[in-house]
Amino acid sequence: MSIVNTIIQGTLLGGLYALYAVGLALIFGVMRLVNLAHGDFIVLGAFVMLALSTAIGLPAPVALVIALPFMFALGWAVQRLILNRTLENDLLVPLLVTFGLSIIIQNGLLQIFSADSRRLSLGALETASYSLGGITFGVVPLLTFAVAVVVVLGLSLLFYRTALGRTLRATSDSLPIVEIMGVDPRKVFAVAMGISFVVITVSAFFMGVRANFDPSAGPSRLLYAFEAVVIGGLGSFWGTLIGGVILGIAQAVGGAINPAYQQLAGHLVFLAVILLRPRGLLAGSSI
Amino acid sequence: MTAMLETRGLEVFYGDFQALFGVDVAIAEGETVAIIGANGAGKSSFMSALSGMARAKPEQIMLDGQPIGGTPAFDMVKRGIALVPEGRRLFPSLSVEENLLMGANGRSVDRGWSLDTVYELFPVLKERRSQAAPSLSGGQQQMVAIGRALMANPRILLCDEISLGLSPAVIRDVYRALSEIRRRGTAVLLVEQDLGAALKAADRIYCFMEGRVSLSGKPAELSRDAIRHAYFG
Repeated sequence: MSIVNTIIQGTLLGGLYALYAVGLALIFGVMRLVNLAHGDFIVLGAFVMLALSTAIGLPAPVALVIALPFMFALGWAVQRLILNRTLENDLLVPLLVTFGLSIIIQNGLLQIFSADSRRLSLGALETASYSLGGITFGVVPLLTFAVAVVVVLGLSLLFYRTALGRTLRATSDSLPIVEIMGVDPRKVFAVAMGISFVVITVSAFFMGVRANFDPSAGPSRLLYAFEAVVIGGLGSFWGTLIGGVILGIAQAVGGAINPAYQQLAGHLVFLAVILLRPRGLLAGSSI
Repeated sequence: MTAMLETRGLEVFYGDFQALFGVDVAIAEGETVAIIGANGAGKSSFMSALSGMARAKPEQIMLDGQPIGGTPAFDMVKRGIALVPEGRRLFPSLSVEENLLMGANGRSVDRGWSLDTVYELFPVLKERRSQAAPSLSGGQQQMVAIGRALMANPRILLCDEISLGLSPAVIRDVYRALSEIRRRGTAVLLVEQDLGAALKAADRIYCFMEGRVSLSGKPAELSRDAIRHAYFG
C-alpha cells in the first residue's frame, strides 16, 4: 500500500510542477524564448500575494484574484518594454537578458522582504485531508492537481478553439509569414507573456500555500519547470502535465527510499529522458 | 496609365550585398503584370520589398502617390498589398480553414473575399477544410496560399513563383483561378520563371537582369528575340 501512496502523493506533487512548467512551455512554444527568470517571476508573484494578504489583510485566495490582472499587465509590459527588443535572430541575447532579470528580481525581493522564509496562509484548509482506503489525500495537493488539469485544459482550448490561439500557433510555426498576414508579432508576444504570467501567478499561489519560499527560491522552481517541460516534450501542454507528474512521482519514490534521494531521483529521470528520448515523451504535437 | 503601385529607383540591400539597383515598375488598378528573369535577377527581392519583408526607402515605393517603402509587413497587407510567398509557406500546424482565416488578419476593408468566395474559387479546399495543411497536394497547398492572401481583401496580389514544382495541368488550374481573381478587380503582380505562363497571363511584363529592368512592354509587342536577349543577356 505504501508504494501506491507514494505514487499518488508524487502525482499530486507533479500537478505543482506542471503549473510551474506550462508557463515556460507556452513562452518557448510561441517565441522560442527560454525565460531564465521564470522561477523568479513565480517567487515575485508569491511575494505580491504575500504583500496583499499581510499589508491589507486580505485572505490569500482574494489576493490571488487581485494579483492575476496585475501580473498579466506586468508580463505584457516586460515583453513590450524589454524582451521584444532582444528577439533579433540571436538566442544568446534574450537568454542573457532574462538571466539579468532573474538577478534583479532576487536582489530586489531580498531588499524589500529580507531573506526570511514566508508562507501564504489558507488557515485550516492547509492541513485538511481525506482518507480513502488507508491513503490520506491532502486537500491542498488535490486542489493543486485539479487546478493544474484545469489550467492545461484551458490553455489547450485557448490554443485550439480561439482566434487568438490560432494566431499563437501560426506565430510558433513561422514568424515572417505571420507578419505578412497582418499580425504584429510584438503584440502577440506581449499577450503570450501576459498569459504566461497569469499561469505563473496561479503556480505561485500553490507554491506559497504548500511550502515556505524566500527570494532565492526561483532558480529551483525554474529547474523543476524545465525538467517537466523536457520530460513531457517541448511544446505540448498535456505533455508538460505528464512531465510534471513523472517528475513528481520520481521525487516521491526517491524520497521514500531515502529522503536524501528525493531531488536526485527527479534529476536522474530527467537525464534518462534526455538520453533516451531527447525530444521528450510526448514530442510531435505542436504546442 | 495612372499607377496604383509604383517603384521609383528601388534599391534592396542584404547587408553589403545589393540585390536591386534602381528598379522602376508601375502597376495600375486591376492590371496583371508579370516580372520575368533568370535565377538571381532580383525578382524575389522585389517582391520582398513590396510586401515589407525587405527594407526599402519610403519614396522608393509609392501607393496612390503616397510613399510606403519600408512599411512593416503587417502594415503593408493592411494597405492592400498581399503576398503569396514562394514555396507557399503554409502554417503546418494549422488546418486548411485555419490557414485561410489567418489571412483575414490583414483585412482593412471588405472587397468581397471571404471563406465562402474562396471556397467558391477552390471548391476542393472546402472538402478538405479541416485537414492539416501539409497533408494536401502541392497544387492544393498553392490554392490555400492564394486563398489565404485573398482573405486579406487585397487591391493587389503579389504571386511569387506560384507555378514552381507544379504539374502543367495544375498550373493551368492555378492560372484559371488568377484570371477569375483579376475579373473581380484585383490587380495581380506575378513573378514567374515559366515564361509561357507569364506571357499568356500578363497585360504587361518586365524582365529583370542582374537587379535591373532589362526590358518592359506588352507581350504582343515584344519579339521573342528581344525577350531572349533581355532574359539571358
